Amino acid sequence: MTFEEIKKNLSGKVVGIAGAGGLGSNCAVALARTGLGKLIIADFDIVSEGNLNRQYYFRKQIGQKKVKALKENIIAINPEVEVDSYDIKLDYDSIVTLFTDCDVIVEAFDLAEMKKMIIEAVLSELPDKPLVTGLGMAGWGDNNSVKFRKEGNLYICGDEKSEISEDNPPLAPRVGIVANMQANVVLEILLGRG
Amino acid sequence: MKITLNNRQEEFKDFDKLTVQQLIEKMNFTFKFLVTKVNGKLIKKEEREKTFVHDGDEVAIIHLISGG
Repeated sequence: MTFEEIKKNLSGKVVGIAGAGGLGSNCAVALARTGLGKLIIADFDIVSEGNLNRQYYFRKQIGQKKVKALKENIIAINPEVEVDSYDIKLDYDSIVTLFTDCDVIVEAFDLAEMKKMIIEAVLSELPDKPLVTGLGMAGWGDNNSVKFRKEGNLYICGDEKSEISEDNPPLAPRVGIVANMQANVVLEILLGRG
Repeated sequence: MKITLNNRQEEFKDFDKLTVQQLIEKMNFTFKFLVTKVNGKLIKKEEREKTFVHDGDEVAIIHLISGG
């Protein structure tokens, strides 16, 4: 497929992004660059200085709502992408309502508890919907531990072992690897194998 | 019994069934947040004590890890 054909194929597709932090912001930008038709992004947080070590925001956006800032950044890269942004803290019911018409959902939360919630919500209420999750990306190095596997309609990206902590923070390279891996899986689901 | 756990074969000699909860304990899975599935069906935390795994079943136990 040429890039023109890829863009044409993706122009009618909708992807939901649950969380606009390190995974969500980088994954959304990668999909926007590739020519996805529409993104539905939800997050309740604001951009803080600590986010700039890995999230797709700029210093001047500190204090802004993440969903507003991310929409601005996406439009600045590719104005053709339609971005629906929701400034809400997602829960079980709103995940189901907001993402029901998406072709694929990307799990981009930071807390394990929230990851569990969205996986259970989608598996129970939207069982046919592909869900791409990011599990394990703290620290640096160890490229070969980052992997991908499919478990039914759940697509898992990450090392599945490194938990963030004070001494093992999330950093741009590994978070970016997993976020882009998620975007790559979304493309494979939407376009078929390359 | 022999089962497939996270795409790998596991054998539990002396058992012809185990509850999902017993399986978690036998495998020493200590993560606080787990998603469990038996033959593709989601088993919620409160159902783990009463849901049995039998020979030939396919089980997925996914560890939820913070970071994003």
